[in-house]
Amino acid sequence: MTPDTTDIAILRHLARDATLKASEIGRRVGLSQPATWRRIQRLTEAGIIAGRRLDLDAGKLGFGVTVFLGVKLSTKSRTNLEDFERAISAIPEVQTVEHVLGLYDYRLRVTARDLPDFERVLRRRIMTLPSVGNVEANVLLSEERRPGPL
Amino acid sequence: MLDDSDRRLLRHLQADPGQPIGELAEAARLPLATAYKRLDRLKDEGILRGQHAVIDWQALGYAVEVSLRITLDKTNPRAFDDFLAAAREVPEVIEIQTFLGRVDARLMVIARDLPEYQKVYRNRILTLPHIADIEALMQVATIKNTQSLPL
Repeated sequence: MTPDTTDIAILRHLARDATLKASEIGRRVGLSQPATWRRIQRLTEAGIIAGRRLDLDAGKLGFGVTVFLGVKLSTKSRTNLEDFERAISAIPEVQTVEHVLGLYDYRLRVTARDLPDFERVLRRRIMTLPSVGNVEANVLLSEERRPGPL
Repeated sequence: MLDDSDRRLLRHLQADPGQPIGELAEAARLPLATAYKRLDRLKDEGILRGQHAVIDWQALGYAVEVSLRITLDKTNPRAFDDFLAAAREVPEVIEIQTFLGRVDARLMVIARDLPEYQKVYRNRILTLPHIADIEALMQVATIKNTQSLPL
């Protein structure tokens, strides 16, 4: 599907607040509730709305540290990649795993209670995986999501 | 303070934010009224800040996704502020992060195709203030993306 400007407006509202009712969004974009609901359905079926994300204050929940790790594998056969991906994805503190091209093979987002807790995850769970070579760590200081080209 | 029931509630909500509250209460083994009350309290305390629709930019036609790791010229005391303010003005930038480490900031940039990316990169990114160095990582695949907390 090719979304029109009304669809984009709907996306903009939902990206800000996914709990908005179709009637409320419809009022804002000038459509009836059923028409808005049908458009949201279509956007969801097309995979453009890929789900919902809960916005939690990680710090208040006791997760004070987020670290991005760039990981280079020491050996790169196909089975190594698959084994690494499976093992790393199973670690609950590892929030995202991205396969990248460039300086590193993988980019990981790791959350932890504090730096000692992060060190535990890094040493006991990540560095112990076979084929992990070079690792670079950057501690997240601030983060913002932008609305993007909507 | 959070107790086990709060954690259970958040864990189930995190796994499926769109589920009806009746199902959520049942999954967290809480009476409906208690679930409502606890969710309200978590919102009031600023722990539960809201819900956002996740947009799949690829499905929307943005095929290129590049992660730019940026080193800033820290001899200028306003480097971070100026850079961040200018980066916010670029619509193709969908994420901005700052770090303590080898890299100072990271921008996630999307574009419909490589020629468009090149245009954005040259006209909007390279012109951002106080950049000392840029490294690009191209996203090949996302293997895991829960962004959820291990509650």
